[in-house]
Amino acid sequence: MSPLLTVEDLSIGFGRGNAVVQGVSFEVQEGQTLALVGESGSGKTVTCRAVLRILPRTAQIRTGKVMLYGRSGGKSLTDLSERRMRDIRGDAVSMIFQEPMRSLSPLHRIGNQVSEVLWIHKRMSQSESRRLVLENFERVGFPDPERAFSSYPFELSGGMRQRAMIAMAMVSKPDLLIADEPTTALDVTTQAQVLGLINELKQETGMAVILVTHDLGVVANMAEQVVVMHKGRIMESGAAAPMLNAPAHAYTKQLFNAAPAIPADPTPVDPPQQEDLILQMKDVSKTYTMRAQSAWKPEVLIHACRGLDFSLPRGKTLAIVGESGSGKTTAARIALGAELPDLGGEVLFRANPQSAPIGVHAMNKAARTAFQKQAQMVFQDPYSSLSPRMRILDAMTEPLEIHKIGSKSEQRDRAGAKLRQVGLNEDMLMRFPHAFSGGQRQRLSIARALMLEPSLLVCDEPTSALDVSVQEQILTLLEDIRDRLGLSYLFISHDLAVVARIADEVAVMRQGLVVEQAPPDTLFYNPVHPYTKALIAAQPTPDIDRPINLKLVAQGAGSPASWPDEFRFEGDSAPSLTQVQPGHKVRCHV
Amino acid sequence: MQILRYAVYRFGTMLLTLLVVSVLVFVIINLPPGDYLSNQIAELQATGQTAGVAKIQFLRQEFALDEPLWKQYLIWVGFYPGPHGFSGLIQGNLGWSFYNSQPVAEIVGSKLWATVALNVAVVLFIYAIAVPLGVVAAARSRTWIDYTSSFIGYLGLATPNFLLALILYYYGRKYIGLPIGGLMDPDFEGQPLSWDKIKSVLLHLIVPTFVIGTAGVASMMQRLRANMLDELGKPYVETAVAKGMAPSRMLAKYPLRVAFNPFVADIGNLLPTLISGSVIISVIMSLPTIGPDLLTALKTQDQFLAGFVLMFVALLTLIGTMISDVLLIMLDPRIRYEGREA
Repeated sequence: MSPLLTVEDLSIGFGRGNAVVQGVSFEVQEGQTLALVGESGSGKTVTCRAVLRILPRTAQIRTGKVMLYGRSGGKSLTDLSERRMRDIRGDAVSMIFQEPMRSLSPLHRIGNQVSEVLWIHKRMSQSESRRLVLENFERVGFPDPERAFSSYPFELSGGMRQRAMIAMAMVSKPDLLIADEPTTALDVTTQAQVLGLINELKQETGMAVILVTHDLGVVANMAEQVVVMHKGRIMESGAAAPMLNAPAHAYTKQLFNAAPAIPADPTPVDPPQQEDLILQMKDVSKTYTMRAQSAWKPEVLIHACRGLDFSLPRGKTLAIVGESGSGKTTAARIALGAELPDLGGEVLFRANPQSAPIGVHAMNKAARTAFQKQAQMVFQDPYSSLSPRMRILDAMTEPLEIHKIGSKSEQRDRAGAKLRQVGLNEDMLMRFPHAFSGGQRQRLSIARALMLEPSLLVCDEPTSALDVSVQEQILTLLEDIRDRLGLSYLFISHDLAVVARIADEVAVMRQGLVVEQAPPDTLFYNPVHPYTKALIAAQPTPDIDRPINLKLVAQGAGSPASWPDEFRFEGDSAPSLTQVQPGHKVRCHV
Repeated sequence: MQILRYAVYRFGTMLLTLLVVSVLVFVIINLPPGDYLSNQIAELQATGQTAGVAKIQFLRQEFALDEPLWKQYLIWVGFYPGPHGFSGLIQGNLGWSFYNSQPVAEIVGSKLWATVALNVAVVLFIYAIAVPLGVVAAARSRTWIDYTSSFIGYLGLATPNFLLALILYYYGRKYIGLPIGGLMDPDFEGQPLSWDKIKSVLLHLIVPTFVIGTAGVASMMQRLRANMLDELGKPYVETAVAKGMAPSRMLAKYPLRVAFNPFVADIGNLLPTLISGSVIISVIMSLPTIGPDLLTALKTQDQFLAGFVLMFVALLTLIGTMISDVLLIMLDPRIRYEGREA
């Protein structure tokens, strides 16, 4: 086995600042996958871009040498002229990116964007390149390659776009594929399929892969070699199996401990008590009407959620898990009264155990104001949910001002107290959001949600935008304040492992329907529904002996019409949610 | 096919809009009290020249100015028979200019083509200069190329047009023998179209196009630069670079295509600003465009002339927006296929 790519003592800096990548060296062997692992700011993305020299203009490679062997027979990529470098890009070394939504031009057909590679590097004729591209489309799993060829990116789903990106990278049969977080923006079942595809292509063509990721589960499923980076330096590198089984460096260990995982042994939990319900959703459905294209066609009805029945006992956490488009966010919006359910649905809220339940959508203005004080929301992206032009103090006291609570100094005191509660410091009040890291910002948004002393928090993917180690801290904080303040959570997530830890009850949603609902342990150790099984199977675990079972994923993640007999349905004729055990409901035919 | 259907639909809405515009134009022109003829009568009576009054009274009847306003409108457009039967805009009768004592058609006839030619030349000039400059300024942002082009652009914005016109005429004459004033050699006026005439017109167009276009170039260049900078940071540009594309091809094919859309939508808006903005220039450079006529017509309440010129500008604008709408549909699949089943 010979190295395909060697990186020696690579240092990269921005402007005159300190180097963000320092003395990085590694080797990629032919036909193997090297995983570059690290959290945001670790320099992993800059490192992999430096191989192709597509860095931001202000960045320069300060020292180091990158050598590429293979078909080009030993070239120093750091010394090539820009013109020669262009011949390497997309030909011997190609790259795929994190966001398939935005990595393809919105105005050009997919086929055009992919076959362009062949024109640039091989001056191939239209008909010939079209044939080759169609072959590639079929290989990466487009059901109708001809149609995909003439589609625009906005007509495809995220997974399909990433397949198109992979086809674009593969069409020139590269020696090396650089994949920069290729599945981070995808749903977990789609991620499993895309990772499976990359592995298959690697075996077929013998190319090598550099996989940049923050997810140790992905590493365990993909890599032969691992390089762990932190703050621009390599912490640990070596073969995947020994490192994953026994990480040597303290930082690697820390990453492992922070990675959320479905726990190995079930710990029995008491079934949640049903007497004191803070929130109850009864038969809630939401249908959107899409305007028809022409007057002759009927309007298109979109069922965002159908027949949801949830009850959330006081002080507990109900998690709704599902992929994008499953209706979980709509459900949360209805629960908060931000959206009206279809006729017949009802949401009841009980501010405290003594009071009578009131309908969230039947309130008058005064009751609504009182309800808003009781129910608050924590949003997904802490970078965009705080106004960059408001001091933390102003952002935090704003809700108090709206509800006319307290004097200026009382408001300030309360803001300080809440900051301490979420583990921040009172003297941060006068700063602006940009002075905080992602994790600190999410703490701030939690503190802001707590300002009105609510009893119900709706958390919409509160950790999805955060690094694993930070995610771990935020989850701990959420658990801690729930228990201390007696809060109840409606927790929305796409990540089963996150939910496994914090929830008392989990509802799995798919296409607007709850397919299975149970306490987390029952759900993880005795999943009944094929879709739940697929979700669990698709979750990459940092255990090299537990690879993703693609067959299980494919079985459950398909359309409801392809599910096994007991669960199969088509169109609107879904079976009802049936109790199979106390506290365990599954949507199946009985 | 779909585009053709859209173009037909768009043409229909354009006619409707034109109808509404005609009502507005007519109402606005008639808003100030009195009209050209009643002003004349008042003046004649004040100076005691009663002889002329009879003639003007005759003109009032001749052009139905003694009718109620709504009837006047219908007669003007040609929906209602006037003193001489159906004879309005849609029948091709543009009306009579009282101030010039000439049919409107005779006054504006040749000027319409000159106006159209000049404005098309200016629009082409703006796009031809601003697009490459804007792209280069964005691609080489924060380098001397960017700073120089911005500096020249701001100079263009800040220099008074009439000053620029005088300077250009002077030096253009002195060093390269460019003609001064007018839109063609006086010898060609009234001559049938010939190759030499076209050459003369083109030569005369150079300085006016430059003068009227500079401000447009400068502002468009700055906006395109800003749009391009936004697009250059997007991941699909990185994808294109990672494919191994040459920078010039990549810029033209990807970010420019996206950044350019708002400027296609601008074609329609450019025309009215150009026409109303170039009045002073037209006077200084003695260009035979309809801008100055519009000014005098409005000042003297010469209603048929003013009305027609305004209608003409509106028509140009509407045609411009229609062209840009149809172009947008052709350029942007997101608009074209909105709601297509995936």
